[in-house]
Amino acid sequence: MATTCQSWIVYRQVSSIDTGAREILPFRFGYACNALPLPNGVSVTALLEIEDLRTQFFTSAGTVQAVDGISYTVEPGETVAIVGESGCGKSVGALSILQLIPDPPGRIVGGAIRFQGRDLLQASDQEMRDIRGRDIAMVFQEPMTSLNPVLTIGRQLTETLEHHLGMSRPDADARALELLGMVGISDPKRRLRQYPHHLSGGMRQRVMIAMALCCEPKLIIADEPTTALDVTIQAQILELMKDLTKRLGVALIVITHNLGVVARYADRVNVMYAGKIIERGDAGEIYRNPRHPYTLGLLRSVPRMDLPRKDKLDPIEGQPPDLTRLDGGCPFRPRCRFAVDRCATEMPRLEAVDGEHFSACWQADALTATERVAS
Amino acid sequence: MTVSQIEVGAEVEDLVQRAPWPVLLMDMIRRKPLGAAGAFIVVFFILIAAFANVIAPYDPTANAFDRMHMAPGAEHWFGTDQFGRDLMSRLIYGARTALFVGFVAAFVGSTLGLVLGVASAYFGGLFDLVLQRIMDVFMAFPLIIMALAVVAILGSGIQNVIIAITIPFIPHCARVVRSSALSVREIPYIDAARACGFGHSRIILRHMVPNVMAPYLIMLTAFVGQAILLEASLSYLGLGVQEPTPAWGLMLQGGAEEYAESAPWIAIFPGLAITLAVFAFNLFGDAVRDALDPKLRSQ
Repeated sequence: MATTCQSWIVYRQVSSIDTGAREILPFRFGYACNALPLPNGVSVTALLEIEDLRTQFFTSAGTVQAVDGISYTVEPGETVAIVGESGCGKSVGALSILQLIPDPPGRIVGGAIRFQGRDLLQASDQEMRDIRGRDIAMVFQEPMTSLNPVLTIGRQLTETLEHHLGMSRPDADARALELLGMVGISDPKRRLRQYPHHLSGGMRQRVMIAMALCCEPKLIIADEPTTALDVTIQAQILELMKDLTKRLGVALIVITHNLGVVARYADRVNVMYAGKIIERGDAGEIYRNPRHPYTLGLLRSVPRMDLPRKDKLDPIEGQPPDLTRLDGGCPFRPRCRFAVDRCATEMPRLEAVDGEHFSACWQADALTATERVAS
Repeated sequence: MTVSQIEVGAEVEDLVQRAPWPVLLMDMIRRKPLGAAGAFIVVFFILIAAFANVIAPYDPTANAFDRMHMAPGAEHWFGTDQFGRDLMSRLIYGARTALFVGFVAAFVGSTLGLVLGVASAYFGGLFDLVLQRIMDVFMAFPLIIMALAVVAILGSGIQNVIIAITIPFIPHCARVVRSSALSVREIPYIDAARACGFGHSRIILRHMVPNVMAPYLIMLTAFVGQAILLEASLSYLGLGVQEPTPAWGLMLQGGAEEYAESAPWIAIFPGLAITLAVFAFNLFGDAVRDALDPKLRSQ
């Protein structure tokens, strides 16, 4: 808690230097620290603690187990990546945190999401609305469609400020101006009066980041924040997010299928497959020493400039499994080169293979040797 | 590079927006002559209704039994009716009744429909299902039958006529707006608004409603014409506005039945007024639809 306050003060100083907007500094000092009263006797270690989360979609084709018992933690100020291919449940898992799953057909059927020690799944609708945008903010994948086309940029920023912090219109305008400057938008005064269609994709994503930051949340969930942008802009946006989250002490969950993003910007990585986390560890460690065949396959299917050029990439053969028909075994088994008989009958648990490095594979130990031989 | 492109784009847009309004008006007349004609007639009727007391040459309710059934001429341009009242004055004041009923009924009906339609699309599920089935029941009745039923329950009078016309409009607008709102619902900015922690009413009213304005405005303009026609129909059937209030449908009823042969002008002029007003509003509504439809706008 104390760290949040400190970083917040630091940020106020930094941002006022950036924009020269010194006069708007003293607004509701310290609200960020007592937004959620903690129940007595709860010791807070992690900012966010997800435990055995299960989200299912009840469709006419059957029950889709989109998220099937995932557990992970996010420490204050940390950047955690959730990696996986399309449809592996990474977005659903993130939307579940804010309870933005469309219901019906989706429903969170089990588990716990503890944010600052408090279970969000037990929170009322009103409490959830207070948390969304103020304590946990979200940056969406599509900057082109994530801004309301009929409201000005300024209005979309000030609306959240007025709603959550009860700011007056002039205060909110000044703060919006400051935020736009912070995310590196040139001529912010004019941008405030413009509509989303006046802005390019990269600029809109900057606005989305400004919106996410506006109430100084403790956690930002970025759902593939750079997928819809072109490559040069991607790097800029990621640098910006990394810089701002570090500076403001905001924790960040980055959902992505881009391993380059992970390597460069994440502290820790959770690799998901078919609704389960199958490998977890320090980003560098996972890169150097993957201990799950799926992670290994993902790394090999990406072109790399630091390795000798091969004629062809090495894709993972086959298709991800149908999430309505999962058996008791490992879902990656049909595509796995290392599969043994045991994989068909029993799903391995996520277990430590090396310190803070976890893998859910019966062959995790054998994998190290094989991989070294292969490369 | 990207920035400079955007700057240029914004400048061009500013220039387009700064074109003076007479130029825009001429442009509109050239591109949409029918719509412009409709708009002019609509404005004409609105002016007549607004300044009825200045324009009208006679008192519309004053009987003059020495001037009954006078044919159109220099003194009474449109002639007089069976009570010697000046038809032109009655038509001018009738425009007030028609436009008042038309605008109020269309506005209230389509606005209620707008809110219900958007809410229905936003919440979905059981709420949507139940609401839409209720709307189905209302839509099963033809407009005029529905209005007749409401007047039969509430009694006649201008207020009840407006209610009677409003009620059948609601489901029509709600249905159209709902289908637009369903697609808006799926666009990520609605999820983004929810992720910002906004409540349902704020999302519906501030984020969804402005994005379904196009179908709403189209329905609104179309409803004004329909409401005028419905009011005239109800008055003609004796269930609407009551004598001696000047109303076009009422004038038609008095004239058409008894004096069609001996004094046809009593029926002809109110009929023309109704036709012209409804025609103008329909043309105007079509032009509004074309203007708001992005597929037609570029052409």
